[in-house]
Amino acid sequence: MIEIKEVYKSFGALEVLKGINLTVEKGEVLSVIGGSGSGKSTLLTCINGLERINSGKILVDETEVHAKATDLNILRRKIGIVFQQFNAFPHLTVLENVTLAPRKVLGMGKAEAEAIAEKQLSHVGLGDKLSVYPGRLSGGQQQRMSIARALAMSPSYMLFDEVTSALDPQLVGEVLDTLKLLADEGMTMICVTHEMTFARDVSNRVAFFHKGIMAEIAPSQAFFNTPQHPETQAFLSNIR
Amino acid sequence: MFDTSMTLSDVWFLAQGAWITILVTIISVFFGTILGIGFGVFRYQVGPWWGAPVTFFLDIFRSIPLLIQLVLVNAFLGIVLRLQISGFAVACGVLTFYTAAYCAEIVRGGIEAVPQTTRRAARSLGMTWFQDMRYIVAPLATRVALPSWIGLSLGVMKDSALVYVVQVTELLKSTQILITRLQEPLFLLIIGGLFYFIISFPIARLGGYLEKRWSND
Repeated sequence: MIEIKEVYKSFGALEVLKGINLTVEKGEVLSVIGGSGSGKSTLLTCINGLERINSGKILVDETEVHAKATDLNILRRKIGIVFQQFNAFPHLTVLENVTLAPRKVLGMGKAEAEAIAEKQLSHVGLGDKLSVYPGRLSGGQQQRMSIARALAMSPSYMLFDEVTSALDPQLVGEVLDTLKLLADEGMTMICVTHEMTFARDVSNRVAFFHKGIMAEIAPSQAFFNTPQHPETQAFLSNIR
Repeated sequence: MFDTSMTLSDVWFLAQGAWITILVTIISVFFGTILGIGFGVFRYQVGPWWGAPVTFFLDIFRSIPLLIQLVLVNAFLGIVLRLQISGFAVACGVLTFYTAAYCAEIVRGGIEAVPQTTRRAARSLGMTWFQDMRYIVAPLATRVALPSWIGLSLGVMKDSALVYVVQVTELLKSTQILITRLQEPLFLLIIGGLFYFIISFPIARLGGYLEKRWSND
């Protein structure tokens, strides 16, 4: 379970998160939508401790992320994150990209790590690209490789930060299909996204962020059919 | 011009000078690179403010002509501190810091060329700072820095000609000694230049080879 309690975060004078309260249960798929600069991406990087917070608390399985005693390198093993940019390690083959962290972070043997990597890569449809360098892959393939790379650590949670935003339109579908597959398998996911169809059809709940506050959160059908907050209504009507 | 009085033992004399040039270069580039990596990583890590003393220290080596550095350091160690240090050691010491000063900038540039987002991805997978440096930053920064580093190594090799001022008889000094004796300046400079070329060529080719090998990714 991920619990976010009264979290405030600012970059200098710019307040990005203004008192966020949110709980994500095990097995839940939450989509976070909102305009740019609404703080939704920052929230994800706060959850895995890449960003400090100014006040409040974030608990992942009852471990406080920003507590001094917390070893973030250990905590991050159970929180996978995939970013908008694909962030492939360009000097490593697809297989090596995926095996690096299991081997170096978890201390897994080569054979074991490769078996897991091959399984995860076939899972996302890249089983035939093992020895290829990322530079030879399309954006969609690189993004699916990044997903496999995060999954190879067997995380309990997956965070997706606008993973389809940098993709050509015809490649968006293959990545969304991968996310859908994960959701169907019961992975706990927080997806910051601009894909409204995905948010409505795949997620259990949808949260709307506006200027650093969480203006609305509701089960996905209700969220899209009967949005309560005027800003949500305005946002959704602009999209349609 | 090819009617020369140069003998085989003169060629051997030049080869010995060339060996000193190679030795000074290898020692200086080796230790200078290790130091340069240390300084470069430190400067990148602490930022411009805390790195200022190191930057200032390295700027001294970058902005004062090597010839002056060699003479002054040699005089300081020998006359002021009264240390019995060979010219060879002084030459290697000064050239090491000279190399380190330039190498630190190359290293810092290489590290800066690795996208922050790539490093965040590595840290997100649970890698420590050191693991990120070792497995992601080092290989990627090396690819960026290699051409400049090869250039630096070749430069140090040629600049090592100046160590004659601390009584080290390297290749150029050997050539000059022969010129004085045989009075065949043009021919001997061609032979000396040929020696320099033979030393440089493998370094330059190594760079080309590595760049080609790494270009597949």
